Amino acid sequence: MHGFANPARFLRIARWLTPLCLLAGVAVTAAALLWGLLKAPPDRLMGDTVRILFIHVPAAWLGMAGWTTLAGASLVELVWRHPLAGIAARAAAVPGAVFTAICLVTGSIWGRPTWGTWWVWDGRLTSMLVLLFLYFGYIALVDATRRDGGGSSRVAAIFGLVGAINVPIINRSVVWWNSLHQPPSITMGKSAIDPAFLWPLLAATIGFSLIFGGVVLARMRAILADIQAEARLRRKAMNDGVTNQAATNQAETSERAGADA
Amino acid sequence: MREALDQWTFVVAAYIIGVAGTAAMIGWSWIGMKAAERRRDRSRGK
Repeated sequence: MHGFANPARFLRIARWLTPLCLLAGVAVTAAALLWGLLKAPPDRLMGDTVRILFIHVPAAWLGMAGWTTLAGASLVELVWRHPLAGIAARAAAVPGAVFTAICLVTGSIWGRPTWGTWWVWDGRLTSMLVLLFLYFGYIALVDATRRDGGGSSRVAAIFGLVGAINVPIINRSVVWWNSLHQPPSITMGKSAIDPAFLWPLLAATIGFSLIFGGVVLARMRAILADIQAEARLRRKAMNDGVTNQAATNQAETSERAGADA
Repeated sequence: MREALDQWTFVVAAYIIGVAGTAAMIGWSWIGMKAAERRRDRSRGK
């Protein structure tokens, strides 16, 4: 595990992997969305609104996957003190929040013509909204600890771990409580979705996941670069301080020696 | 009275929000990364 903890090794891999993930993600997502928009047939019950699911479902999956990544990285940071794990957790927060927000907004747009309402306070929608607030809380906490002199990120890591309790609640909410939201359509090895919708949905999920990976890598590189720049400037300021102090001491010593003579 | 809803209006709105949100996130992260790496390189040069 610690073999991957070397920032230099990470940067060597991330330098080519970041644009590759982003370019492949954008290409696959564009192809999948065009497929879903132009080629997939309208659904028997939902009509054309089924096309919204090619954005809504991957966004929901990545909203939950984002917090799972954040919690996993927080655990690794707390237990193994892996230096890149805390950075990975911080980097996953913004894309996770963005995809959760896209999931909520597109779900609401889908709900209006399908359910006849923009919003219901049921288990699935409410727990997803709680996830968005958890992301906001985490981002604010990380920002506050960083501004207070780069203090310990342990508090944020503990928050990330505690917030993970919401992920299984979101997943099981449609099973535990009565809801307008349909039960899971894809379970282990089984799918209730017609292949005409399943394939573009899987392609969109792969494309958006690649984008998510690319964005996390880009944000990790940005955080690492900031840390390295700050460390260099601090070292330089200390060296300058030491040099100035030494010059002052030397001047004082010479002055004293002159007075004694 | 039953409301007549044009489903394509909802589809287009969802796609615009989803695609614009994702594109903005990619652009923000990429520009932020490049700016941070430039700052690091400048600090190395000083």
